[in-house]
Amino acid sequence: MVKKSKAELVIKGIAAASGIAAGPAFLLDQQDFVVPERAILDDEIPIEIARFEESIAHTKSEIQDIKDKIAKEVGGQESQIFDAHLLVLEDCMLIDEVKKKIASEKASAEYIFSQVLKRYIEIFENIEDAYIKERSADVSDIGRRVLKHLMGETRLHDFDTLLGDIVIVAHDISPSDAVSMYNKSILGFLTDIGGQTAHTAIIAKSLGVPAVLGLKDATLRISNQDYVIIDGRKGVVIVNPTEETKRLYEKEKAKLALVEGEYVNIKDVPAETTDGRRASLMANFELHGELPAVLRSGAEGIGLYRTEFFYMNRIDLPSEEEQFQEYRRIAEEMSPNPVVIRTLDLGGDKFVSSLQLPREMVPFLGSRAIRLCLEEQEIFRTQLRAILRASAYGNVMMMYPMIAGPGELRAANGILKGVKQRLRDKGIAFNENMPVGVMIEVPAAAMTADLLAQEVNFFSIGTNDLIQYTLAVDRANEKMAQFYEPGHPAVLRLIRRTINAAHDAGIRVGVCGEMASDPTLAVILLGLGLDSFSMSPTSIPQIKRAIRSMKFSDMEELARQALKLSTGQEVLEFMVAEIKRLVPDFYIYDAQNK
Amino acid sequence: MPRIEKKIVVKTKQGLHARPAAMFVQIANKYSSAIVVRRDEEEVNGKSIMGILMLGADKGCEIALAVDGQDAESALMDLEAFLGKEE
Repeated sequence: MVKKSKAELVIKGIAAASGIAAGPAFLLDQQDFVVPERAILDDEIPIEIARFEESIAHTKSEIQDIKDKIAKEVGGQESQIFDAHLLVLEDCMLIDEVKKKIASEKASAEYIFSQVLKRYIEIFENIEDAYIKERSADVSDIGRRVLKHLMGETRLHDFDTLLGDIVIVAHDISPSDAVSMYNKSILGFLTDIGGQTAHTAIIAKSLGVPAVLGLKDATLRISNQDYVIIDGRKGVVIVNPTEETKRLYEKEKAKLALVEGEYVNIKDVPAETTDGRRASLMANFELHGELPAVLRSGAEGIGLYRTEFFYMNRIDLPSEEEQFQEYRRIAEEMSPNPVVIRTLDLGGDKFVSSLQLPREMVPFLGSRAIRLCLEEQEIFRTQLRAILRASAYGNVMMMYPMIAGPGELRAANGILKGVKQRLRDKGIAFNENMPVGVMIEVPAAAMTADLLAQEVNFFSIGTNDLIQYTLAVDRANEKMAQFYEPGHPAVLRLIRRTINAAHDAGIRVGVCGEMASDPTLAVILLGLGLDSFSMSPTSIPQIKRAIRSMKFSDMEELARQALKLSTGQEVLEFMVAEIKRLVPDFYIYDAQNK
Repeated sequence: MPRIEKKIVVKTKQGLHARPAAMFVQIANKYSSAIVVRRDEEEVNGKSIMGILMLGADKGCEIALAVDGQDAESALMDLEAFLGKEE
């Protein structure tokens, strides 16, 4: 029953959000028994015991059903694994202990049960026997079923009860789990799968904490409560570091704090090159709680307001009023700076329970974003009304995601026109000239940018999807990470084409993908003539510093040269070498390119 | 009511881990007698899969069975026969 002594272990993954953090690991997937403690009264004891017995009986018949079904379909041998499940449910030691403790500790059945179960699982996990280790998985599985009966459909990942500073370790973090983790004291994120553009990376950046993703088997190699150091700059995790390593990282962390000090100093100065070319740096935004971070960063507006969270983690659809109030509040807080609201971008990797959408084979090529809105027009109209009404209270702009060409744009604008007319009829105030733009994130949109530019007020290039669709690389697939190349000539050419088309038509064009927050790539983008950048607020100071350190004429020349190269690798190597030559301390805070 | 206690050497191939542990508990649960299994200092309920698994008894290990109740004798016989099977 002796657990192995812990040696320092270094695991390499994908650097997804910069920074250094250290603290105890919290394994999300094993935290199914986070059940809030609820005290009960004396006369509730028999009720809780009865509830417990009932849930055990329910679970038993549930498992018996599964067992019978499998016995019929697959054969008796396979169904035997459920015997062990049933034995646990009939286990007198477990059941007696729970009943006794409900009475003696006067707490809810689910709380006591989860506590007792947790203890058993811990004991099992520490026994060096493969079979028993497997049984601990059985016990967790059964425990989850019983708790489901006891707690109804309540979420078991109960982030409300998270306390203390922890490093989240998970196989993957779903967007809805990620949303629930806001405002928790999370030091950083580690996941088995995912890359730089995974939702987890975006969340980490907006929380200002480091993330290392694509670690493959981190959840197997890191145990709960292990002390871990995350180096988000290098994409490295150190598990159970030695005292020496800890000291080393404390020094590194102190150095980073100095950098942040410098960033504070440039908060209120413009992002202007040494020869006077200005770019506007705006923030990506999703949840109300992020607003202070946006204001702190010195952002000149919100360049991408994601609205999906309204629709997540709930069973009904958000009302017009609810959306309006929130859009209005943000518009007023940011005024006179612009707030660019992106209309609903569901589908792909973001799903909601309130919309019972059919499963598609390739969701990223299916009914997502504007396509979904054109199908579910009532949902779309509700959002458009809310956005239009908010436009009366600040500098609100709106853009459609996933437009593939003028056809979809016209369909969406047709609906917008109808909504505007109805608001006018009812005498409801809105900005008649609210700027409407499109996201350029499908190669087809980039190829038809000249046509689109005739019918919109601005472009916003969504580089994450543009890269994924152009290079046919699934951005959530960590095996494909090496093929996900922002500097790929095809991507750069589409971006150049889009910028030129916008400027020919006299409209502004920005980038709102992860590319905007990479200093090297930002130099290319600005060199190509980009007008604005939108990124997570924590990246703004770094990009501002980069822009302020160079001449625009040099950036233009570098971009010109870079677009003549043949591979993404060549582009990056060329850029890094040239930038270092021109501005020796450009990468001083960047561990990877230093 | 008779109470019988007997020391038995575990001969089943996987000791009292895995499937044998589950089978032991299944047999024990057929009887009304209380069944306590002891190994060194540890004492667990013989009708509990959790208990038996926590005992961690390997093949060749000596355990003591204490059976107390109406059907103590047949319970002990049945369990002893099971533990003696080497296949």
